[in-house]
Amino acid sequence: MPITMIGDRPIEVNDEGFLTKPDQWDEQLGETLAGLIDMELTDEHKQVLSFLRHDFSERKETATLRRVANVGGFDMKELFRLFPGKPAKKMSWLAGLPKPKGCV
Amino acid sequence: MRRLIILGGGTAGTLVANKLRRAYPQSELHLTLIDVDDAHHYQPGYLFLPFGQLTSEQVVKPRRSFIPDGVTVELGGAERIDSAAKQVHLNDGRALPYDTLIIATGVQPRPEATDGGDGPEVGRSVHHFYTLEGAESLTKAIEGFDGGRLVIHITDMPIKCPVAPLEFTFLADSYFRDKRMRRKVDITYVTPLDGAFTKPVASRELADALSSRKIALETDFAIERIDNDAKEIVSYDDRHIPFDLLVTVPLNMGADIIARSGLGDDLNLVPCDQGTMQSLADPDIFVLGDAGTLQTSKAGSVAHFAVDIFMENFPSYLAGKPLPHKFDGHANCFIESGGGKGMLLDFNYKTQPYTGTFPLPVVGPMSLLKETRLNHWAKLAFRWVYWNMLIVGRPLPFTTNMSLVGKNVEADAPSSPPHSGRPTAKPGARRTKKKIKGPVDLLVDVLTTRPKRR
Repeated sequence: MPITMIGDRPIEVNDEGFLTKPDQWDEQLGETLAGLIDMELTDEHKQVLSFLRHDFSERKETATLRRVANVGGFDMKELFRLFPGKPAKKMSWLAGLPKPKGCV
Repeated sequence: MRRLIILGGGTAGTLVANKLRRAYPQSELHLTLIDVDDAHHYQPGYLFLPFGQLTSEQVVKPRRSFIPDGVTVELGGAERIDSAAKQVHLNDGRALPYDTLIIATGVQPRPEATDGGDGPEVGRSVHHFYTLEGAESLTKAIEGFDGGRLVIHITDMPIKCPVAPLEFTFLADSYFRDKRMRRKVDITYVTPLDGAFTKPVASRELADALSSRKIALETDFAIERIDNDAKEIVSYDDRHIPFDLLVTVPLNMGADIIARSGLGDDLNLVPCDQGTMQSLADPDIFVLGDAGTLQTSKAGSVAHFAVDIFMENFPSYLAGKPLPHKFDGHANCFIESGGGKGMLLDFNYKTQPYTGTFPLPVVGPMSLLKETRLNHWAKLAFRWVYWNMLIVGRPLPFTTNMSLVGKNVEADAPSSPPHSGRPTAKPGARRTKKKIKGPVDLLVDVLTTRPKRR
């Protein structure tokens, strides 16, 4: 797995650029990642990322957008406003988690 | 004597019943197959109905005629699986005990899961071809279509046969050309993915195939609702696509019995091991066909290859040993591209579909990701192969594990929309140390590329 410098930290990522070690992530890294894609994390963003992190720690699998809405209780339209364009990929990447499955 | 129940008599269930019955005598293995009716559907055939290339009679046959003697068949359906007690509760009240359970209940389209998907336009301007009834209704709509906006749309992934909506699009293009009315039909392909297909090289080749036919591609489209009054589909980020005829692929979900039994995820898919198809929750349950969470296409070819691995592992399972054989996610899909031609995709968990050739004994090498007449004939011949060889478990000339022979392997890169021509880098926004783009830089490009809008 390639190791890349994000901010001033060496971080392990896969070929697609997603983090491979969830424990290398903290909120500060999330903010650095957000900066790379021209986003700024508000409390609303952080609540979503926190749900994703928590759900992942229990299920060892990144929640799909559907699950974030249904189980996390977030409004789907809000998710699109918070993470515009490609919300599923964006939120999982910002949370330091693998890309959600389903794209096969 | 071990009791094995197969829940579901479609492609995977029928195939594994045949293989198990052939491999083990009745004195060693008692086999029961449960389903809800006696109609076995050749599901790849639905696609051809709307264009008059197949009839309903050609895609439905009695289940029983493909299930071998020595298998008890229950066609009243089941209510619940009690995995703790190792019993399947049938709808008629009986409880059948098992030692091993194979879940092969597949996935089904759920139009009502989308807001407006069960609205007044359903059967008029809103259609799908993921059931026989749906395809029959769409046949009439296509016949009567006199021009306008045709929108083909995928609700969400995963869907069974992920190439089917593309095939439908190509066949529609070809059909309206033949009717000399293609100029009157504006075709748009709308996908929740960020390209024409799930994997980069195929996505690029298929996007070319769409644009050369003047078919518009709308990506990253997550549907919020089908607006029956305005006749448009609306995304969560407020894109509106108007239609005169909508052919949607509804959300695909696993069977309700999976949810009732507490065995599924939020799409009623049964979490299973990617290599052995063994349930992650219960080692005496296996999941074959579309019902599980294999990270590969939900397709008959996958069911076929996965059943081969299951059969190779079954003696070890019976002996209580670790399962030595691992499925590689091999999928092999023919894509009808219209005008008497077809394309072929061959891939697995690790290797995306590439261009090149696919070695096939007797018939000769097939072209991968390229439109040829041979691929089309192979797809047509497949219906015969399906009924006469595949589901009854006769050997097919395909290797279970994918081979790289003949493939033009390209360097892996994250999928990016084929139309993303503009540079997305903003000065100062990213690290500029590296000259060669690393995976994170490439991903940043993907994430900051705006979805294609019309």
